[in-house]
Amino acid sequence: MSVLIIAESENNALKRNVAEVASYGAALASKLNANCTAITFHASNAAELGQYGVTKVAHISNVPTHFDAHAQANAISAYATQNKNTHIIIGSSADAKFLAPLLAAKLSAGYAPNVVALPDELSPLTVKRTVFTNKAFAHTQLLEDFNIIGVGNNSFGVIDNEVNCTVDEIEATNTASNLEQFSIEKVTGKATIADADVVVSGGRGLKGPENWHLIEALAEILDAATACSKPVSDMGWRSHDEHVGQTGKPVSTNLYIAVGISGAIQHLAGVNSSKVKVVINNDPEAPFFKAADYGVVGDAFEVVPELIQKLKAFKALS
Amino acid sequence: MNILVCISHVPDTTSKIHFIEDNTAFESRDVQYVINPNDEFGLTRAIWFKEKQGAQVHVIHVGTPKSDPTLRKCLAIGADKAFRINTPALDGTSVAQELAAFVRNNPYDLIIAGRESIDYNGAMVPGMLAALLDIPFVPNCVGLEIDETTAIAEREIDGGREKLKGSLPLVIGGQKGLVEESDLRIPNMRGIMQARQKPFEVIPPLEAAPATEDMKFEKPAKKAEVKLVPADDLDQLIELLHKEANVL
Repeated sequence: MSVLIIAESENNALKRNVAEVASYGAALASKLNANCTAITFHASNAAELGQYGVTKVAHISNVPTHFDAHAQANAISAYATQNKNTHIIIGSSADAKFLAPLLAAKLSAGYAPNVVALPDELSPLTVKRTVFTNKAFAHTQLLEDFNIIGVGNNSFGVIDNEVNCTVDEIEATNTASNLEQFSIEKVTGKATIADADVVVSGGRGLKGPENWHLIEALAEILDAATACSKPVSDMGWRSHDEHVGQTGKPVSTNLYIAVGISGAIQHLAGVNSSKVKVVINNDPEAPFFKAADYGVVGDAFEVVPELIQKLKAFKALS
Repeated sequence: MNILVCISHVPDTTSKIHFIEDNTAFESRDVQYVINPNDEFGLTRAIWFKEKQGAQVHVIHVGTPKSDPTLRKCLAIGADKAFRINTPALDGTSVAQELAAFVRNNPYDLIIAGRESIDYNGAMVPGMLAALLDIPFVPNCVGLEIDETTAIAEREIDGGREKLKGSLPLVIGGQKGLVEESDLRIPNMRGIMQARQKPFEVIPPLEAAPATEDMKFEKPAKKAEVKLVPADDLDQLIELLHKEANVL
């Protein structure tokens, strides 16, 4: 019995979300009195996982340098089988959710995604996860010899626990791809909905795409990603990539600021697992106020510019 | 080209979620069931391939006769044939195994499922199915072009998009973007009448074992009342976010 953490990487470095995934894995290993190893691909700073309680990293370089789910699933499956890594911990990024089901099928493993806490019970292994798009939780038993826990973003947090960490170079055997990367476009230097600590989201109350500079300026000062409601993306004011909600992207961030969004049940479901929600809306009856932590009843065109000024002053002081 | 679209039957997006039997089962009474929205985007793209490139479109579902109206709706909006594997959907693993057994006997060029179902949000069936069949898989698929036996599928990644090229057969997990909301079809009377004549087969299951089991459900704790801050005192909001909520 031992724990294996899948540490994602890109551009030859660990991704930011490894801190939370590794913290979870190390905490679970300590409960199980088991070893805690991480596996990663093309990450020159792999030893930094020691900061979160990982004592050993298996580092693999003989797979494609870009993320290749098929090749990585084969390599991880071989490693976990050989080392009897019964508890496998993975994150919730788009790549993690691509990789995990492939790995589960190859290992005949149980897989529970969207897990929000350390297991309720270690035997039989039982985890708490979100279901019905954040409208409820399920306590799910994982019944196989190998089991994969997918940790929800911002659900467990980061625990600093510095230990000595050794990195072993491992050679994968079955590294063929079954898909070719044709092209990739990725924004750089800007926070994305998936990994931002703060998301600023706009709805129909902004009256038109020409007013989005307000959302962008507020997002900029908070280092936040921008998002929008479903009607806004349906009307083409903003691209689909920004639509958050039940049929769009889920958001589980530390701070979610909704401007001019009334709060349809599908939107609320998509943002429910965000920690703190602030709503700015001129309609005091907007359903979003019932789901929010803090609210401002007021005209977005007055409140947002003033909030930007005040945040600038606050940032200058702190 | 033969396309198989995997259909999940889910509570519609406006449903209130309740549990019964000491919180061990979902209360399905008074719940309106629909085609899983992510699957419907995929089905609509499949019908586009039927109309533009002469594809045959079959739909398949793992479930009980309660889901038959959902499958009839798929036929009414353009699918040619429906299959239902006659067993309750226990978890993602068992559903993927049931589907894989069917596809091994009935090969398809393209298998479309939804990115995830909006009830259990597992996002695992299409990937598991592809791995069990040992064929390529593209999740979060927002664009798909097929030329003879080559596919270019575009997937949403965190902060961007990636195009992947591969040969058929292929499994995709579809979502909005594959077609637009405005492309979705509403069944018309002619479609509904035709659906009655279309083949609908009920298939005996493998009875694959699940790898997970939901023991108990719970609803989120009731939220504390919102704290309203006057629009002319935004310093107070910043103070609360900084000191009380600890997010600034």
